[in-house]
Amino acid sequence: MSDTITNRFADGDAPSEDPVDDARPAPGDEKMWTARLRGAGVRALPPSKLLPDRQPSYVASWVYIFGILSFASFIVILLSGVVLIVRGPSWWHESQVGLFFNSIHLWSVELFFFFMVLHLWGKFFMAAWRGKRALTWMTGAVTFAISIGAAFTGYLSQQNFDSQWISTQAKDGLNSVGIGALFNVLNFGQMLLWHVLLLPVFVGALIGIHLLLVRRRGVVRPLPVRTGRHARTARARTPAAPPSSEGVDR
Amino acid sequence: MLGALVNLNHTGHYLHWGFIQISVANIVVILLMVVVFVAAVAIPFRTGGRHR
Repeated sequence: MSDTITNRFADGDAPSEDPVDDARPAPGDEKMWTARLRGAGVRALPPSKLLPDRQPSYVASWVYIFGILSFASFIVILLSGVVLIVRGPSWWHESQVGLFFNSIHLWSVELFFFFMVLHLWGKFFMAAWRGKRALTWMTGAVTFAISIGAAFTGYLSQQNFDSQWISTQAKDGLNSVGIGALFNVLNFGQMLLWHVLLLPVFVGALIGIHLLLVRRRGVVRPLPVRTGRHARTARARTPAAPPSSEGVDR
Repeated sequence: MLGALVNLNHTGHYLHWGFIQISVANIVVILLMVVVFVAAVAIPFRTGGRHR
């Protein structure tokens, strides 16, 4: 067995100090699935793209602050939710510390939606799907939709009169569209599991993909100014400037 | 102690306009989002000169 295994570093061929260079397979290993997968990963997201030192000037915008505030709120939601899972309903309803963590969980959700809506408005008016960024836009939109479901199942998992009222009202709506048998809001165990496992995993995964797509595709350029007073002013300042697609992504 | 300053221990207040019905709490949040959005568009973003 040992005769068939060769050590590529045995003859002093030490691994490179450069991690990108080190990602290249050894001669003869190019067709191995590990080498191909690693190569595809590094090509799609080289370290300089994954964590760049500098960003274009148009990244200096509150819109991206709103995006990262949504993400920060999501982290607080997860952490406070883990504490609530560990201690259980009687703790979050009856003890002062439990009520505090219950409130932290609620208000971080409020902030999550608040900042996510602002981020969505900003990106909508920027037409942020330009320049092959449709998937980035769609993952954000789907994250928003699934988050509504996560918040809804959270209301159903409170174990109080609110959750009873909401579930009995919602069942008629969901039955009317034919999904009541699959998604039964009167089934507390089902709703709790959707809330603490499935939906957080979906939202977390989509946020991760969304952020990686932002790194891969970059942030969308500002919309070009074509008509009106600003365009006339710009043309007057640069009468000899050739037509350029700079700053225009389609 | 904000709960002592703003009493939330009552049924919600609602606004009615034809078939539109919305709670005061929800309309306050929506208006707050609009205010923050307009402020974000209007207020310049300080960069610190570290951008390309």
